[in-house]
Amino acid sequence: MNILIMVIFVVLAAFTLAAGVMVVTVKNIIHAALWLIASFFSVAAMYLLMEAEFIAIVQVLVYVGAISILVLFAIMLTRHVTGEGVRQLYKRWWIALIVAAALFGVLIVPTVFNYEWAVQPSGAQISIASTVEIGTAFMREYLLPFEVASVLLLVALIGAIVIAFEERSTRRRVLTLAEEVEQRRQRNESLRLAPTTHASETSE
Amino acid sequence: MVPVSYYVLLSAVLFTLGVVGVLTRRNALIVFMSVEMMLNSANLALVAFAQRWQSANGQILVFFVITVAAAEVAVGLALLVTIFRSKRTTDIDEINTLKG
Repeated sequence: MNILIMVIFVVLAAFTLAAGVMVVTVKNIIHAALWLIASFFSVAAMYLLMEAEFIAIVQVLVYVGAISILVLFAIMLTRHVTGEGVRQLYKRWWIALIVAAALFGVLIVPTVFNYEWAVQPSGAQISIASTVEIGTAFMREYLLPFEVASVLLLVALIGAIVIAFEERSTRRRVLTLAEEVEQRRQRNESLRLAPTTHASETSE
Repeated sequence: MVPVSYYVLLSAVLFTLGVVGVLTRRNALIVFMSVEMMLNSANLALVAFAQRWQSANGQILVFFVITVAAAEVAVGLALLVTIFRSKRTTDIDEINTLKG
């Protein structure tokens, strides 16, 4: 049983890391978003492995269901500059790599290896933190943070609408597909015409 | 049972990956996704600790982190779309109006 859990963990961890690497490195931004969804899913599976079923469900609902859809919509709204031809990397990316490696080496690895992980926690209950326990905690000692979180969500909702709102007069008309194809054809034609006139001028 | 240190190490690697993404990529959307990944790695470590100490408090903190992340994404993407509308770009190197 333990070996099985270990194997599942290793597979999930490898998949999560692979998905993370793809998010950071892949050129096409839609693919990056899809890999991000994959990594969210495998992290949710890892929560299930840790018997945190409530958090796993919330992860799938909020991250996979809402946040990734929002990111995909943002990509679609800004699609004209997110193609593969655009230069994507910061020009001194190797400095950033060194900084990240230093962060990992100096800050994180000593914490993991020097802490006494094997010590059994004192006074631990036998019961696992269940959804019932979490719900009770939300209604008792965490009632105020819970309410503040709901107010925060409301504020974020109103803020997002206010920021992204566009006056009707300034809004660009949404083109139908046929109009867009026609527009693109005209643009291509003008591009094709321009070099030829230029060439004829130089030949004369 | 998987040792907690494995989870912490995995979350550290994920966090570093997110840092690399934030520092190297120039597209604001990818930077956004990398930030989400860093939040996710912090959540992973928190849930691992909650499981080790058999307490609900870690999971409750994760719930609040997810709430704040959702709010952040909503406002951040609205800002991004607005910036794109006025500047026609999502390249963070070109959005430098406030640079001194």
